[in-house]
Amino acid sequence: MLDVKVLGGGCNNCKMTIKLVEAVALEKGVEIGLEKVEDIQEIMAYDVMSTPGVVINGIVVHRGSVPSRDKVEGWFSLE
Amino acid sequence: MLKDKRFLLVFGIIIWVLLYASLIPLSEKIMSLLPFDSTSHLGEALAFFLYDAPKVLLLLTGVVFAMGIINTWFTPERTRSLLAGRSLGLANILAASLGVVTPFCSCSAVPLFIGFVQAGIPLGVTFSFLIAAPMVNEIALTLLFGLFGWRVALLYLGLGLSVAVMGGLVLGRLGVERYLEPWVQNISKKDIAYESELNTFQQRINAGALAVKEVVGKVWPFILMGIGVGAFIHGYVPENFMASFMGKDAWWSVPLAVLIGIPMYSSAAGIIPVVQALLAKGAALGTALAFMMSVVALSLPEMIILRKVLTIRLIGLFVSIVALGILMVGFVFNLVL
Repeated sequence: MLDVKVLGGGCNNCKMTIKLVEAVALEKGVEIGLEKVEDIQEIMAYDVMSTPGVVINGIVVHRGSVPSRDKVEGWFSLE
Repeated sequence: MLKDKRFLLVFGIIIWVLLYASLIPLSEKIMSLLPFDSTSHLGEALAFFLYDAPKVLLLLTGVVFAMGIINTWFTPERTRSLLAGRSLGLANILAASLGVVTPFCSCSAVPLFIGFVQAGIPLGVTFSFLIAAPMVNEIALTLLFGLFGWRVALLYLGLGLSVAVMGGLVLGRLGVERYLEPWVQNISKKDIAYESELNTFQQRINAGALAVKEVVGKVWPFILMGIGVGAFIHGYVPENFMASFMGKDAWWSVPLAVLIGIPMYSSAAGIIPVVQALLAKGAALGTALAFMMSVVALSLPEMIILRKVLTIRLIGLFVSIVALGILMVGFVFNLVL
């Protein structure tokens, strides 16, 4: 199971990112544990300066925008 | 595949240029087909709208595309590493300029702020960035260029940067560190590592296209609305109507415009067409630009977001100093022009 965190203070782009991640994971049949991180101190622990950010298994894989669908598919097809 | 995309890019640029060149004949053609007298109120308003709306949208598409590509070189993380360890003054100027080209959304203001603090960037420098980023951006500059010409756009760029640099320097001198929220004061400094994300030509072009989709896709209704209001004022409000209370002689109109603008929130896209209409009816340029700067640079939503890291006192200081800077810009403009 992949541990996925979406970092961001509840802005519109963060919500879109969560939706996209959920949709792609479902499509690919990849099991994920999705967590929404809204606490600013926790976000900063990942050194992400522009939200939304995406963290998979503790590694920041994306920051600053809603990731493209291609990119998200890339994360889930490595499994 | 890559070749296809390049072809598409060149093709797109040619189409853009052709469209831009045919703006005037096209709008005149459409006007002549419509059953309105071009000297009537409605006719004037329509002619204004038919020419300005497509022109501004076209310019905006081009600039946002180019900026989307430029933005790929300036992530917030890179900007931070460019600013870390520079001397005051120079750092403020650099911060303000980077504020123009670094992608910034006020929803990211807090993580950005903390990220700067962590890197040990002085507060005054951070403020220079935070003032410039929303105020001087490609959308504001494009609209000013499209509606008023390059002189006004350049003046806005220069004066906006000056407000950001001066504001940051003053705030830095005041030693406002003690007015940060306690948890921010306790953040430990750390060395920052900057690794560039690999960006291929293809990725940069895609970023440009994405920016167009996101930005233009989002702001076009506001622009049309703004130009609509502008067109209405253009056609129906009598000439020099604004002169008495927004003209050069009414010195009090500058502070009033700034005060009204502070709580208001609109992107540059929505406010500039209105500013243009005000100008056309006799408002002074300095007053109108001060109003616009105050609307764009200072807003209630951003203050609420920044409240997480700044005490009320510091927010008050921040707003007052920026407002004062804008006020001076307004007066200088009215005096010089």
